[in-house]
Amino acid sequence: MPAIGNAQLKLLERLSNACAVSGDEGEVRKIVLAEIEGRADEIKVDALGNVLAIKKGSERKRLRVMLSAHMDEVGFMLVADDGEGIFRFEVIGSIDPRQLPGKAVLVGRDHTPGVIGARPIHLTTADERKRAIPVDSLRIDLGPGGKAKPGDRATFATPFRRVGPSLLGKALDNRLGVATLIELLRNAPPNVDLLAAFTVQEEIGLRGAKVAAFALDPDLGIAVDATPAHDQPSWDGEPAPFYNTRLGLGPALYVADRATLSDPRLVRWLTDSAEAAGLPYQIRQPGGGGTDAGAIHRARAGVPAVSVSVPHRYPHTAASLARLDDWKNTLALLHTALTRLTPAVLAGER
Amino acid sequence: MKSLIQKLTETFSPSGYENAIREVIRREVEPLADELRVDALGNLIARKGPSTGSGPAKGKKRLMLAAHMDEIGLIATHIDENGFVRFTGIGGIRPQALTGGRVRFVNGAAGVIGIERLSDPSKAPTLEQCFIDVGATSPKDCPVKVGDVCGFDRPFLDLGRRLVAKAMDDRIGCAVLIETLRALESTPHEVYFVFTTQEEVGLRGAHTAAFGVEPEIGLSVDVTGTGDTPKGSRMAVSLGKGPAIKVKDSGMLSDPRLVAWMCAGAEKARLPYQREVLEGGTTDAMAMQVSRAGVPAGCLSIPSRYIHSPSEMVDYEDVQNAVKLLTALVSKPIEW
Ligand SMILES: [Zn+2]
Ligand SMILES: [Zn+2]
Repeated sequence: MPAIGNAQLKLLERLSNACAVSGDEGEVRKIVLAEIEGRADEIKVDALGNVLAIKKGSERKRLRVMLSAHMDEVGFMLVADDGEGIFRFEVIGSIDPRQLPGKAVLVGRDHTPGVIGARPIHLTTADERKRAIPVDSLRIDLGPGGKAKPGDRATFATPFRRVGPSLLGKALDNRLGVATLIELLRNAPPNVDLLAAFTVQEEIGLRGAKVAAFALDPDLGIAVDATPAHDQPSWDGEPAPFYNTRLGLGPALYVADRATLSDPRLVRWLTDSAEAAGLPYQIRQPGGGGTDAGAIHRARAGVPAVSVSVPHRYPHTAASLARLDDWKNTLALLHTALTRLTPAVLAGER
Repeated sequence: MKSLIQKLTETFSPSGYENAIREVIRREVEPLADELRVDALGNLIARKGPSTGSGPAKGKKRLMLAAHMDEIGLIATHIDENGFVRFTGIGGIRPQALTGGRVRFVNGAAGVIGIERLSDPSKAPTLEQCFIDVGATSPKDCPVKVGDVCGFDRPFLDLGRRLVAKAMDDRIGCAVLIETLRALESTPHEVYFVFTTQEEVGLRGAHTAAFGVEPEIGLSVDVTGTGDTPKGSRMAVSLGKGPAIKVKDSGMLSDPRLVAWMCAGAEKARLPYQREVLEGGTTDAMAMQVSRAGVPAGCLSIPSRYIHSPSEMVDYEDVQNAVKLLTALVSKPIEW
């Protein structure tokens, strides 16, 4: 039974602090490859940069289960050099432009420090302060001699921290999933063939998972990700019916998002597993968003798929906040569910 | 055929939850098909005619005829402290079509749709302002949980030549496929009648079914809009002027060879037909067309009024003529 202790938290810290904006996932890939070395029967990096690792089980009649966690994160790309270490940039993945001014960033593979400059309040008018600044008016400032070139990626510079019962970092979406998948691979139960996909380019359209699922050709797929929790107490006492998920209530199971209608057989298998093991879980509110499951279930002639996410507040901003207990319970639920996974789960029709 | 249409349209099966409608259709096609299977996404696939194993023959094709069996619906997102159910849509839901509507959940629970007091009553409400009242008073006695799915509840209405029902999109296509399979005495082709899932959320069932069937020709049967209602859309398709042969919609350009084959087939059989250009919307044919290395694709449409409302209307003669046309088309070798 895998557990989360100091070693796992250290690994999450390294993963969260690594910079891997979509399309340039090398830094996280390197950590993943080192962590899973010798722990799988087959490990390869495919043409798009996905890490595909296969750990075969030993029992008879095993399902081939694909577990997918995206390695990439949202961030920025430098697009033009304005001189004096000042660069124009574009956003990679979805980030609200209101989150940008005044944030420290790390640029390029050397993590060159910089800042997305903002005009100080002294020099702005009340009217200006009411409007969001469009991205094309913002610049990343590295100072003269700042080593960077157009095409380099950048991320928020927030270092990983533990805050009471919580975890705080810039890329918990989805290094939480990556760390979870590493632990599952190291503790793969013998009743399944575990096909681990550490995927690229999820944040810009599930591109890595699409080719990974084609290559792995699994019997079922599970995306392991992090999902927003918008559960802050309501300031005016009005009921708040739209929160997506809530911190502290355990792993979030998906029924429907914009990209996938989860296979009901797999949702049932997960809720039954949680109840049997006395583990908490919550149903993520059906609605928008999407995970690698959106690509997996459409692969080849179709793959039953579902998503399990760790809830966290403030994703796709400089710092998001998750609860350690939710992460522990997510790992525990996935492991316990995998040990209960038999062909009977998919025997009936969807 | 009317009783079949009633049975199909009165079944509740929103996208992703097609078990109920699949069972209804399976009972119809099981005695008629040479082979039947259900794939990983729940598509029901019925083969008629010689299999691939029997080898090639002149004019023999592997055909995929697709009609989607899912319907638009709603999915519960939150049960509030007084037992009211908040929801979001599955497929293209328009809030103005919801007011006063009744719904039925896949688990059997029923309810009515209510709306918050609107600060500006001249504006249509948003989905967030709507809720379902299932007669509960608290989350405890509420028969619905987050993630439960429902469809519109509206009985089938027979107006003689015109038929009205919820989910006519695309149970009418399913009815056309079933009746074509029934009418088809023999065919030189390997014909797959595919009742697809999850069309309303993005042609997802057809996408994977097409990969599995690997057709040489793909034809969807689905509803299309009309331009024949007061101050309606401008569209050169009317109810009662025959099934429509699609030339283009916003997701697909039909293969011109297929359009010509279908038009010639209608003329030869002396059946009325209309040529269709649909400016908003698409069908399973779009997914089939770009499957694997590409598939010549087209669509036979049933003109329909009030699509994606709980009362969609079709013309019974258009429906019957669609069956006749499709039967004639797949009965004979295809040469081009
Ligand atoms: Zn993510
Ligand atoms: Zn349709």
